Amino acid sequence: MLNWLRRPKYGTLQRREMPAGIWAKCPRCTNLIYRKELDRNLRVCPKCGYHHRLSAEERLAVTLDEDSFVEFDAGLTSADPLAFTGYAQKLEEAREKTGRAEAVLWGEGLIGGWRTVAAALDFYFMGGSMGSAVGEMVARAAEHAHAQRLPLVIFSASGGARMQEGVLSLMQLAKTSAAVGRLHDAGLPYLSIMCDPTTGGVTASFAFLGDVVLAEPGALIGFAGRRVIEQTIRKKLPDDFQTAEFCLQKGLIDMVVPRGEMRQTLAALLAYFGAPRVEPPAEPAPEPGTARDAEPATTPAPERPWGSAITSAPRGV
Amino acid sequence: MSTNPPEAVLDLDRQLAEVQQEIERLRRLSRDQGLTLDDEIATLQERAQALTAAIYTNPSPWHIVQLARHAQRPRLLDYVAELFTDVLELHGDRQFRDDPAMFAALGRLDGQPLVVLGHNKGKDTKENIARNFGMPYPEGYRKALRAMKLAERFHLPVVAFVDTPGAFPGDAAEERGQAEAIARNIEEMTRLRTPVLVVITGEGGSGGALAVAVGDSVLMLQYAIYTVISPEGCAAILWHDATRAAEAAEALRLTASDLLRLGVVDELLPEPFGGAHRDPGAIFPKVRDALRVHLQDLRGRSAEELLERRYAKYRGIGRIVDAKLNGETGGSTDLRP
Repeated sequence: MLNWLRRPKYGTLQRREMPAGIWAKCPRCTNLIYRKELDRNLRVCPKCGYHHRLSAEERLAVTLDEDSFVEFDAGLTSADPLAFTGYAQKLEEAREKTGRAEAVLWGEGLIGGWRTVAAALDFYFMGGSMGSAVGEMVARAAEHAHAQRLPLVIFSASGGARMQEGVLSLMQLAKTSAAVGRLHDAGLPYLSIMCDPTTGGVTASFAFLGDVVLAEPGALIGFAGRRVIEQTIRKKLPDDFQTAEFCLQKGLIDMVVPRGEMRQTLAALLAYFGAPRVEPPAEPAPEPGTARDAEPATTPAPERPWGSAITSAPRGV
Repeated sequence: MSTNPPEAVLDLDRQLAEVQQEIERLRRLSRDQGLTLDDEIATLQERAQALTAAIYTNPSPWHIVQLARHAQRPRLLDYVAELFTDVLELHGDRQFRDDPAMFAALGRLDGQPLVVLGHNKGKDTKENIARNFGMPYPEGYRKALRAMKLAERFHLPVVAFVDTPGAFPGDAAEERGQAEAIARNIEEMTRLRTPVLVVITGEGGSGGALAVAVGDSVLMLQYAIYTVISPEGCAAILWHDATRAAEAAEALRLTASDLLRLGVVDELLPEPFGGAHRDPGAIFPKVRDALRVHLQDLRGRSAEELLERRYAKYRGIGRIVDAKLNGETGGSTDLRP
């Protein structure tokens, strides 16, 4: 069996964004921040509000209720169907780097006590690109939600379709859109959260098909790349082009939600759309109106470390 | 997506023309001045035969890309004029404007009514500028969707023709929701309760093509292409070298025969020797016959059956491995015990 499979999946969270050390430098405001303070603040810069990118595991850890998540399909990965130059090696490198088999992580968990199917794309795995396996798992997540009559919540962070699988990747746009279409038909809520960056084929399929579409502050969201657009129209684009705030202003998304408020916001939305409630929940059930007081997510208690939402071992399914 | 809509120039075509001119010149010389040039002429004829073989008998993927983009290749409006009668064009998305890069109309095939739509590439520079080289804005996709919903409401089949470098990559297109428009079309096409027939006639450029290309039957002309990214774009991103496009064209498996093998396309429509532009009169009956066969089959199926088949088809495309089982499987296989 391959080396990456033997690794403990959730023992420790790897910090890939910044070099190890007690201090971290914010890439936007360049201030030095005490790393523990940055972690306590869910990797949002306390000085300038910059939202550092998170891995898929970290994303679910900061959003889902503690110890509530069970992962499905952990070993599923893309084949190399076209025998595309260098692809097998790139996959192997991505697995080494992330300790994951693919660019998406999905399963069942709780958000503020509401039962939900949750998926997160991992930008650190080949840019979160969507090939056969990512498309398959997003479709399975939607089908599982359909079968269990649960809501679906997907966090996207992706450069788009994975070109090493050619048109098979393009077909994942159809596969995933068809699967979330069945949720729409069944009257089950699907919430889509676009994180930095969400571009290309992922925006042109399931990410923009949420009943409610949310984004993190500052996230890059767009179909075509900035450089391609600038070459086409032969002018320079404004700095804020394709940011979450730009998309909000243009009417493309419903809301921009800071990381510290994401769980409460999603819980409030799930309450509106009638998600099943688990009683008693894993932690004090925050009522939508008082959620922020009940659990200040921006300053979690130190004894609740990162990653505690994810159970220690993925369930083999 | 392609940054520069290609004015297709066939390098090999040009070489062949030059060689043939040279043969003619030598023959004239030989005749007029009594020179013996048989050896030279024979060498050139061999060269001409090799070029002909490269172009027509066994074209490389990169050569097929150039055929798919050929300026003289039959366009949507040629197919519409040749195949359908009583054509009434429909305009506009009712929200912003009428996008000339996307065509939509009511028409009849053998007297049977249907909705026909597709990317509207032009034949010359003037037409192409007017129609944005067949690269739609969001309003183009929304116009297509409006036509498809109309078809659904009146139980008319949809015939969609695909020929685009991609969705237009411009700032205004982004601001009006290019990604959302494409996503919406794809989802709606997976559950449109009427037969949907797709014909890829030229360039199938990524999401901008797929936005009108989800169907019960997908037909593809022999020298059309269908790809997740242009070979030039792929080479630029992967190898930081757009000149390696020929290599990328090979790697992407974008030809009709590749896609037939991968299960993305249901039928390959053979083209006349050298490509559809060499003998357009031969390609129209082929497309017409294929449409007849597939429409007849699809008309006999209920909406529920169509939707189930369509879902299963797209659900099954892809190749995955469960590392725990260490075996390869198609996308539709449920690996859970």
